[in-house]
Amino acid sequence: MGKTIAEKIFDAHRVDEPFPDTHVLKLDRVFCHEITTPIAITDLMARGMDRVFDPEKIKAVIDHVTPAKDSKTAEQGKILRDWARRHDIKDFFDVGRNGVCHAIFPEKGFVRPGYTIIMGDSHTCTHGAFGAFAAGIGTTDLEVGILKGVCAFHFPKTIKIVLTGSLQPGVYAKDLILFIIKELTVNGATNMVIEFTGPVVDAMSMESRMTLCNMAIEAGGTCGICYPDMTTVDYLWDFIQDEFATKEDALADYSKWVSDADADYERVLTYNVSQLQPMVTVGYKPDQVKTVAEVSGTKVDQIYIGSCTNGRIEDLRIAAEVLKGKKISDTVRAIVSPATPAIYSQALKEGIIEIFQDAGFCVTNPTCGACLGMSNGVLAEGEACASTTNRNFNGRMGKGGMVHLMSPASAAAAAISGTIENSDLYKA
Amino acid sequence: MKTFKGNVLFLDRSDINTDEIIPAKYLTEITKEALKPNLLEDLVLPGFSRADTEDKAVIVTRENFGCGSSREHAPWALEVNGINVVIAESFARIFRQNMYNCGMFAIELPKATIDGLFKDYAGKAVTMEIDVDGSQIVIQADGKSETIDFAVGEFDKTLVKEGGWVGYADKNY
Ligand code: SF4
Repeated sequence: MGKTIAEKIFDAHRVDEPFPDTHVLKLDRVFCHEITTPIAITDLMARGMDRVFDPEKIKAVIDHVTPAKDSKTAEQGKILRDWARRHDIKDFFDVGRNGVCHAIFPEKGFVRPGYTIIMGDSHTCTHGAFGAFAAGIGTTDLEVGILKGVCAFHFPKTIKIVLTGSLQPGVYAKDLILFIIKELTVNGATNMVIEFTGPVVDAMSMESRMTLCNMAIEAGGTCGICYPDMTTVDYLWDFIQDEFATKEDALADYSKWVSDADADYERVLTYNVSQLQPMVTVGYKPDQVKTVAEVSGTKVDQIYIGSCTNGRIEDLRIAAEVLKGKKISDTVRAIVSPATPAIYSQALKEGIIEIFQDAGFCVTNPTCGACLGMSNGVLAEGEACASTTNRNFNGRMGKGGMVHLMSPASAAAAAISGTIENSDLYKA
Repeated sequence: MKTFKGNVLFLDRSDINTDEIIPAKYLTEITKEALKPNLLEDLVLPGFSRADTEDKAVIVTRENFGCGSSREHAPWALEVNGINVVIAESFARIFRQNMYNCGMFAIELPKATIDGLFKDYAGKAVTMEIDVDGSQIVIQADGKSETIDFAVGEFDKTLVKEGGWVGYADKNY
């Protein structure tokens, strides 16, 4: 019997199996942000265990609320900052150099195929796009990760999703993952890894694969995973060229992180996605998904383009294509938050920021911002937001607010019309 | 080891997420105790009021409890309110692990058993106690007593007995 990519990563990292189905894995990366890490730091200090297993393998960023909005968020930033300095954690990204964790860490080359990664953040599954096993965990697991560089997991049962056909113009990875979550439901992949494979994934950029893997958790999944290929190597090349003579060599090495053809899967689901339309959530659960066409005309009050799901350069380019030469509706306000400083600079260079501003968007610094309703675009009671984020829970973007999840193209279209509509890029 | 005994709060809904258990706006708190007044503040459940959480030690609920954000503030908000046990048809992975990592119980029971608990005990004065060594839930209501067996992995039981994962890992790795 062959093995899945996740099983291979487990085999290469297992340091102990203290009990049946308890796999203690050695970690390659522990990522940290200022919301869940300070409380772990404080607890470790209280236990007299203020140590880190390896400052090179720990990466930290202030991203959720930045710059600090009040004394409490300032204190959280300070605890993380002081800790990073105290332990010589060099890759710490402070105000001005910071961006959304799941965008900035891949961009800095911190993720490699075959890695094990944890973070006190449920969307850590994003990094599986590189062929890594990356899982969100809570504060206690984070403490142990920081202290010992290990984490315990159950055996990685896997759902394989094979995507065939090709996406129509105006239909993106976001529409695809919303469709998949609808199929799997919000707990259909609990305790499981979701492998995304097939020609549609092969043809995707790393940005799109990250969008896909980002929302694995919304179906309950531990991690989303794509197989590493030449697209992965190209993305990483700046960071790995000292390790390999050629890109082909890198690819040959990374190919050990691909599932065997006779691997054992919990389920294998194949979808031909050539007829897939732009999708949107309507409700307070991410599996409450409809086509945009079905709810066309639904009024929104705010537009939000950004987050670890869809705040990358590819996403801004798509939105700008829809917005170019147009104005947003008088009935809405619109916010765009490029996910990292590099994305912001690139968008400036390409004239994309100008397009957003001319259309009437507020352009914010890189931050999680409105995504979790803590700053930069909180909704009022009864308001609705067309959003490129990943969670539509009741109150997520502000008490009593409704979040409609959609692609950057659909969000841009909603900005122009003030209602949920298909973008001009989708011609059906 | 924590205590696992007391009155029961029945939450008759699936997919109760961690934003409902403790909203994001309280994630700036740096002590667990500060979360106490805000447990289940945003829960959408007809007939439920925050006062229902008072004096409770056990929650009985449906499927996929604790989905969404990884915040360990969710088990903490339960803990500081004296609730160290959640019994459900199923849990989201991170929440479930967070519970055991904190030395608390997240017990899964089959749908039919959960249906039975709701039918027989919801709305009544009922207490439940976890017999840790015997892996049993002991239920007392109307002067009568019933026990239900549950399955718990060795690792999870060890975490409950040792009071969590930090001490265990520091000793062993
Ligand atoms: S952008 Fe939103 S979902 Fe992503 S890490 Fe930030 S708060 Fe979480």
